[in-house]
Amino acid sequence: MLHQIFVDPFLQMADMPDFLLQVIWEGFVAGVLYALIALGFVLIFKASGVFNFAQGIMVVFAGLTLVGLHEAGVPAYLALALAISVMALLAIAVERFVMRPLVNQPDIILLMSTIGMTYFLIGLGEFVFGGEPKKMITRELGLPTGSTEIEIGEQGLVILQHIDIAAAVIAIIMVSALALFFNKTRIGRALRAVADDHQAAQSVGISLNQIWAIVWFAAGIVALATGIMWGARSDVSFALEIVALKALPVLILGGFTSIPGAIVGGLIIGIGEKIGEIYWGPLVGGGIESWLAYMIALIFLLFRPQGLFGERIIERV
Amino acid sequence: MKMKSLIAGGILAAMASTAALPAFAQDSVYVPLFSYRTGPFAGSGIPIANGMSDYLTMLNERDGGINGVRINIEECETGYDTQKGVECYEQVKAKNPLVISPYSTGITLQVIPKAGVDKIPVLSMAYGLSAAAVGDVFPWVFNPPATYWDGASAIVADIARREGGLESLKGKKIGYIYLDAGYGKEPIPLLEDFAKAYGFDLTLYPVPGKEMQNQSSQWLNVRRDRPDYMIMWGWGAMNPTAVKEAIKIRFPMDKFYGVWWSGGNDDAGAGGEDAKGYRTMNFHGVGSDYPVIADIKKYVVDAGKSQVDPAKFADNLYNRGVYNSMLIAEGIRRAQELTGKKVIDATDMRAGLENLNIDEARLKDMGMEGFAGTLKLSCSDHSGHHQVYVVEWDGKDWQKSGEWFSPMTDVVRPMLETAAEEYKAANSPWPERTEPCLSN
Repeated sequence: MLHQIFVDPFLQMADMPDFLLQVIWEGFVAGVLYALIALGFVLIFKASGVFNFAQGIMVVFAGLTLVGLHEAGVPAYLALALAISVMALLAIAVERFVMRPLVNQPDIILLMSTIGMTYFLIGLGEFVFGGEPKKMITRELGLPTGSTEIEIGEQGLVILQHIDIAAAVIAIIMVSALALFFNKTRIGRALRAVADDHQAAQSVGISLNQIWAIVWFAAGIVALATGIMWGARSDVSFALEIVALKALPVLILGGFTSIPGAIVGGLIIGIGEKIGEIYWGPLVGGGIESWLAYMIALIFLLFRPQGLFGERIIERV
Repeated sequence: MKMKSLIAGGILAAMASTAALPAFAQDSVYVPLFSYRTGPFAGSGIPIANGMSDYLTMLNERDGGINGVRINIEECETGYDTQKGVECYEQVKAKNPLVISPYSTGITLQVIPKAGVDKIPVLSMAYGLSAAAVGDVFPWVFNPPATYWDGASAIVADIARREGGLESLKGKKIGYIYLDAGYGKEPIPLLEDFAKAYGFDLTLYPVPGKEMQNQSSQWLNVRRDRPDYMIMWGWGAMNPTAVKEAIKIRFPMDKFYGVWWSGGNDDAGAGGEDAKGYRTMNFHGVGSDYPVIADIKKYVVDAGKSQVDPAKFADNLYNRGVYNSMLIAEGIRRAQELTGKKVIDATDMRAGLENLNIDEARLKDMGMEGFAGTLKLSCSDHSGHHQVYVVEWDGKDWQKSGEWFSPMTDVVRPMLETAAEEYKAANSPWPERTEPCLSN
C-alpha cells in the first residue's frame, strides 16, 4: 500500500514523461481558467468587501449573451461589443439597485444580496436565452481551433489545443492590463484607495458609487472572457455556474484580495488537482478532483491563514 | 357599497367556476409530466419534455383525447434534482395522477417505495432501477422497453459482435465513464459481472456532477489506460463535454458507445465532423419521416401549441419523449379496455401498463410503423427487455447502423431477479404483491 502511494505514482511519471507533461499542461490550462474566475471575485472583494456569489452565473450570463446575440443574427464582433455593453449595464444596475441601497450594511447582507442576484440572473438568462446549452462561436470570433502535436522521445506525444494556448495568452494579457489599470491610472489608484479604506477614500472626494460600477464592470469583462474560453472547451450552459465554484479553493489559497494570489492559486489548484486525480485518484476509485482542491487549499491555510498573498491579519489588543 | 358588490360578485364567480370543475374532471384524466427545462441538465431535458407534452397534446387536438377522454397534462419542473422531484411527487399526488414519469433515476429510486403505498404507478421508461423489471416484487413500477442492464448488455453484445464473439472479449480493456450519481452507477454491477464472466478488464471513470464540464482528468486517464472501447452513461452537459474530450485525446470515436441517454443531437453535435463514428443505443426512430410525427407537426407545432424550437423538432431526444408519452397513452387505452371504464384511475392504469401489448398492427394504427419495436409486458415482466439498435453519428445527424437486436436477456433476467430479491431483503419489510394479475 505504501509503495502504491509513495513510489508507484513517481515511477509512472518517470515512465511516461510525455504524459506527465500533458497532465501538467491540462492542469495549467484549467488553472488559468480557475484564476480568471477567481479574478472576478477578487476585483469585487477588493473594492467593496463583498464576496460576489454571482460571479459564476455572470460567467454563464456573459457567455450566453454573446452566443445568444450571434444566434439572433448579430455579427460576432458586434455581438462581442454588445455583450460588453450588457455587462456594463449590469454593473450600473448592480451598483444602483443593490450596492447603493445596502451601503454600510453587514457583510452577510451583501453576500445574501449576491445570492439573490445569482437566482435573478439564472431566471433572466433562462427566460431570454432558454435552458439549452449553446455552442461557443469560437471560429467566428477568430479564436484558433485545432491542435499542435509535439513529439517527445520515440513514442511520446503532447497535444496542445490551440484554444487552450489562446486562453493562457488572453489570461496573461488580462492580468497585465488589470495590473496596469490598478497601478498606473487615476481610477485604478482610486480603486485601491477604496479597497484600503472606504471612509478615507470618500473623505478625499472619491465617489464610491462610480468605483463600484467600474469594478463590477471589470468583473463582468473577466466573466465574459472566462465564458468564452470555458464555453469553447465544452459548451455554454448553466452547468458552468457550478464549475465556477472551483474558484473558492483558489481564493482560500491565494487570498481574497490579491490578484497575483488568484493567478498563482489558480495554477497550484489546477495543476495539483490534475496530478492528484491522475496519479493518486485510481487508488481510491477516482473522482477525487472535486474535493482535492479544497484539501490543497486547507493544507496551505494551516501555514498561511491569510492565503499565499493575502494581507497579513494582525489583531492588536 | 360598490366595492362590497364587486367582492361578492367575485366570490360568487369563483364558486361557480369551482362548481363547474367536477363536470370537466369526469371527461379527463390527469397526467403530470416531470420535466427539467432549467438547470445543468436542461440540454437533455428540454427536447424530451417537448416530445412528451406534444404527443399527448396531439392526441387531445386530433382525437379529442383517448376514447373521448381528454388528457389533462401538467408539467412539474424538477431541474433533475431529486429533492425537487420528490416535492413534485407530493404536489401532484393530491390531484389523483394516473402515472408518474419521474424522468430521473435519482427521483425514481426515491419514489419506488412510495408508489406501492400511494397506489400510483411509476413509469421509468428505459431508466431507473433495473431490478424493477421484476413485476412480482415491484407491481407499481414499470421500465419498458429495456432496462439499463439490458442496455449495458446490448453494448457488450455489439462490441463482442465486432470482435468476433463473446470469447474474443477476453483480455480486452473496456472503460466505463459515468455520471457519478444513481443513474450512472446503475449498470456497474452488471458490467462487473460481465467482466468476470467474459474476461475483459473494466475500468471505471466517475464524473462528479460538479465536474460535468471539466472532464479533462478523466480523459487523461483514458489516454493513459488506452482502453479498447469506452462506454458512457452521461446526461446533460456531461455528454457534449465527453464527446469533445474524447476527440481531444484522439480516442477512436467508432469505439465509443453511449447508452440511449447519451444520444442527443446536441451531444454528438458538439464534436461535429470530428465526432463521426460515435454511437449510442436506441429503441425508436430518429427524424420526422413517420406519420405520428407528421400529425404532431400538423396539430401541435404548426398550431403554435408546442414549445419546441422548429430546428430541433423530431430530433433524437424529442422522439424519445414522444415514445414515452405513447407508452402512457397506450397504458390508458389498455386500462380502458380491461376495465370497461372511460375515465380510469391509477389502479386501472397499473393494470393497463402491466397488460401492454403493442403489436405491429397497433404500431401502424398509431402511425409508428418502423418507429418502434413491438412491446409486450406481463405481470412478472415490467420491462419486456425489447430489442434495440445502434445509431451512429455521421458528422451531422444520427444514422441507423445495423439491425435491431436483442439484449442478452437470458443472462440479464436471472441477474435482475436476484437483484430484486436483494432489494426486497435490504428494504425489509417489503410488501408481498397482492395486486391481481388482470387480463382480457
